[in-house]
Amino acid sequence: MNDGVNGVALAVFILFFVAVTVMGFLASRWRRAANENSLDEWGLGGRSFGTWVTWFLLGGDLYTAYTFVAVPAAIYAAGAAGFFAVPYTILIYPLMFVFLPRLWSVSHKHGYVTTSDFVRGRFGSKGLSLAVAVTGILATMPYIALQLVGIQAVLDVMGVGGGENTHWFIKDLPLLIAFGVLAAYTYSSGLRAPALIAFVKDALIYIVIAVAIIYIPIKLGGFDDIFAKAGDAFAQINPATEKPRGALAPADPSQWTYATLALGSALALFMYPHSVTAVLSSRSRDVIRRNSTILPLYSLMLGLLGLLGFMAIAAGIKVQNGQLAIPQLFEDMFPDWFTGVAFAAIGIGALVPAAIMSIAAANLFTRNIYKDFLKPDATPEQETKVSKMVSLLVKVGALVFVLGMDKTVAINFQLLGGIWILQTFPALVFGLFTRWFHRWALLAGWAVGMVYGTVAAYGVASPTQKHFGGSSAEIPGIGEIGYIGLTAFVLNLVVTVVLTFVLRAVKAPDGVDETSPEDYTVDAGDKGVQVELPPATAGAAH
Amino acid sequence: MPQEPEERGPVVTPVRVVIALCLFAPFVAMLWVGSYAKIEPTLIGVPFFYWYQMAWVVISTVLTMVAYRLWQKDQAGRKASREGGASQ
Repeated sequence: MNDGVNGVALAVFILFFVAVTVMGFLASRWRRAANENSLDEWGLGGRSFGTWVTWFLLGGDLYTAYTFVAVPAAIYAAGAAGFFAVPYTILIYPLMFVFLPRLWSVSHKHGYVTTSDFVRGRFGSKGLSLAVAVTGILATMPYIALQLVGIQAVLDVMGVGGGENTHWFIKDLPLLIAFGVLAAYTYSSGLRAPALIAFVKDALIYIVIAVAIIYIPIKLGGFDDIFAKAGDAFAQINPATEKPRGALAPADPSQWTYATLALGSALALFMYPHSVTAVLSSRSRDVIRRNSTILPLYSLMLGLLGLLGFMAIAAGIKVQNGQLAIPQLFEDMFPDWFTGVAFAAIGIGALVPAAIMSIAAANLFTRNIYKDFLKPDATPEQETKVSKMVSLLVKVGALVFVLGMDKTVAINFQLLGGIWILQTFPALVFGLFTRWFHRWALLAGWAVGMVYGTVAAYGVASPTQKHFGGSSAEIPGIGEIGYIGLTAFVLNLVVTVVLTFVLRAVKAPDGVDETSPEDYTVDAGDKGVQVELPPATAGAAH
Repeated sequence: MPQEPEERGPVVTPVRVVIALCLFAPFVAMLWVGSYAKIEPTLIGVPFFYWYQMAWVVISTVLTMVAYRLWQKDQAGRKASREGGASQ
């Protein structure tokens, strides 16, 4: 597989990378506000992004490089089961339509930067807010690590990752450089950098997919041939599990898994701090609703990408590490220069979400741990400074993770992260609509969900791993195999409801709610809505 | 503090029911996996399972757009009736 360095591809890759780096540093000058030292400015891009910038930013944010590598890789490995990403991303948008405008309104009315800010304000509970913040940070770190894994996969296939025998420093040098660049421009430009780079990333990805989905099937003899070959490959019995490798359509028993994974993942997505950061940086609530109607374009792209997994099988790609299947397919199929473009798309595709995620995690730390617990009288300048430092620390942590541990560890934690982050759903989403739930009940439900999810995931074995072998297990009481995150979520909900009844009955003290019902429907321009920017910048329509 | 709430009139109206249905339909269609877990009929060689779900990307987009338009109308109507002084 590692047949030397692919010079042309590498040159094109580096060219794009340098161009993007320059953009990243220039981004801080893009529609800059007078007060660049506030956290709103650095961490939310001044909250001024219109429909299209938000679309690119969210697209660049939600559909990460890892997605582009992992979804086809999952389909390459097991067929239909990996395609759940498509229904998952379909279900996101009706959800987004319903609850995110409310989050936008209340956040802009009260100056909330993170989901934990909202939870604290709504339920008057620092404990609950801390739980949400810690969950968010924990779930985001491995996600950032996976972006670096995505870059690594591309570098490996280009032949610059080095073999097993290379000195570790030489081997990891390209990744270190990519990382350094990412860290530097996030530090200096904040959220504006990924927003600007997202344009390049998306343009590249759309071009690559359009070409791949037309060019590769022609080379492989059409979709009929591709699926016939894939069907044969999946039917073969895997000696390790004594079951077929996969299927072209999920059989009865795996349909539960498919549906619960799609639903659970969809519910979890907008709990991730980086998704919320991108949403709050938009200019008005209408921008969010409009985005829920144009974002599905990315889902279409994701579906097409998934089909690449079948093409990799039909093209006879054989890799030890499934993550390398798609990069390898590109290298085998495309002329060298276009391979470079495709790899640049994946590489840059990793930088955008990694930057946003580290900013989001840093915002959480600063607002909900540093300011709430360590230094309540922090000035906005101090907040921004701490946030910048933490965004750096988070990235270093992710880097250590990727370099120091096996890749599977990052994937395992990412899996757990998804299960964990879903447990913050009741406090956040239900909190947007009702205050009936008691803050202590929410906290208890969260704890039960976290513990159950972790224990259940620990117990899943796979042919290659004893623990954390997958994200689905038997649903107690139903007996079908389903997504652990969703089971934990249901458990969380039951505990929350039951305890709320109990706590209400014993008249446990309720926290103070600093929001009022009309805060959830205000829009930009209404009385009391913080624009928090000089009008010249906030109004710079796009 | 006691401002006028943004919405007036009945909470459940026919338009809002339609909006809810538009937003709910994708959940029914996508979570009922048994309804589309099959190979035939294929479309240019792609099994039904795959092209059907991709078709739903487009369908759900259209449904969300309809919901968005209806919601805008609903809100505009309520605003107009409020500003016209026609309270309740």
